[in-house]
Amino acid sequence: MKPFEYYEPASLAEASDLLRRLGKDASIIAGGTDLLVEMKEELRSVLHVVNIKKIPNLRNFTYDPAAGLRFGALVTVREVETSPHVIGNYPNLAKAVSLLGSVQVRNRATIVGNICRASPSADTIPPLIADGASLSVYDGGADRTILLEDFFTGPGRTVLSPGDIVTGISLPAPGPTSGRAYIKHGRRKAMELATVGVAVSIEHVAGQCSDVRIALGAVAPTVIRARRTEDLLRGRRIDAALLAEAAESAMQEATPIGNVRASAAYRRDMVGVLTRRAIGYAMGGAR
Amino acid sequence: MNRLVSMTVNGEARELAVAPNRTLLDALRNEGSLTGTKKGCDVGDCGACTVIMDGRPVNACLVLAIEAEGATIETIEGLQPSYDQPHLLQQKFMEHGGAQCGFCTPGIIMMAKALLDENPDPSEDEIRFALAGNICRCTGYTKIIDAVRATAEELRKAGTL
Ligand code: FES
Ligand code: FES
Repeated sequence: MKPFEYYEPASLAEASDLLRRLGKDASIIAGGTDLLVEMKEELRSVLHVVNIKKIPNLRNFTYDPAAGLRFGALVTVREVETSPHVIGNYPNLAKAVSLLGSVQVRNRATIVGNICRASPSADTIPPLIADGASLSVYDGGADRTILLEDFFTGPGRTVLSPGDIVTGISLPAPGPTSGRAYIKHGRRKAMELATVGVAVSIEHVAGQCSDVRIALGAVAPTVIRARRTEDLLRGRRIDAALLAEAAESAMQEATPIGNVRASAAYRRDMVGVLTRRAIGYAMGGAR
Repeated sequence: MNRLVSMTVNGEARELAVAPNRTLLDALRNEGSLTGTKKGCDVGDCGACTVIMDGRPVNACLVLAIEAEGATIETIEGLQPSYDQPHLLQQKFMEHGGAQCGFCTPGIIMMAKALLDENPDPSEDEIRFALAGNICRCTGYTKIIDAVRATAEELRKAGTL
């Protein structure tokens, strides 16, 4: 790893100033599990590392049945994975985050860090988008809120500019008729990047879908919502014929590339299979 | 520029002089003279560098040494109750043939210890899930899992952990 300057700002204001001043050669370190690998492998040149762990209040974690879930930028993947609130109310998220790397990595890595890296195949992102998550961003002024699905502009790219710091994430509370599912498809069970990931959050009563969000991972430059497929399902009774239609529609919405992990055609096929399956799981999992 | 980092390693207060780009793994092995923790991949894939930091297993290759300021670190060297007596996990790894070349073993044993501290009665699936980030090129894992199960069983019998 090349040498760098190291900073430990004590407040958001100080960190934001520093990052704005240092510009593109600076990076925040939170968990460090991606950043240090990228620096060691010289995929990124980072001259200034800004550790945000000395900033207070970034480790908060709250759940309220009305307000939902909210947690700070320093909350680790493992904390979210093992939280009874997450397991009970956001089973799709609990499942997705348990599939990220190893226990050792999840003990360091943060959810917000995984989001900010903006990988199209990140495991955390599809269920968070399907659940309607939004980010709080500090930029020196008042916090602004960005819907997670509007956050990404391309692989590894987001709407953030230097000096912007994501301080936390919040998710609405699940409704009484919510069902949720996340399916990750890969070549092995553990230590794998998703070939395709599908998350579904659905509101339904007696087989009738009143609202739904479907997020597809690893099949477009960013995680995307399958909006046309959602429109197809909304207000209708979910049966086998409609599921087949939804699968076909989701395949059309995906724009996968072929790479070392899978061909584009295979990914597209899997979007169909997994979308159908995930809707089924989410309906079965309704509470 | 080097900085002095204070941490508690295996119950002992240590002060290590490190540059900001030193990983905890390199600091433990070089400045700390504790070479039991191994460097396999150096990028978080193999688990050979697993140590327990403030009660949680982490990859020491993915932690900056300066971030360990004030931390409590447990490594394989701290496991034995005395120098001529192995820890029960070490004993069971020997009995069950859970180590061959031994390069992965310190990391696996630290991960297994962290697992048993948290869950004294893990199922085989739970053991496999916990050890997913520890790669072994020799044993085929079966004997490792046997050793961890045998340790859990014996600890339960003894009623202590
Ligand atoms: S050396 Fe740290 S995970 Fe391989
Ligand atoms: S015993 Fe050789 S790598 Fe595990």
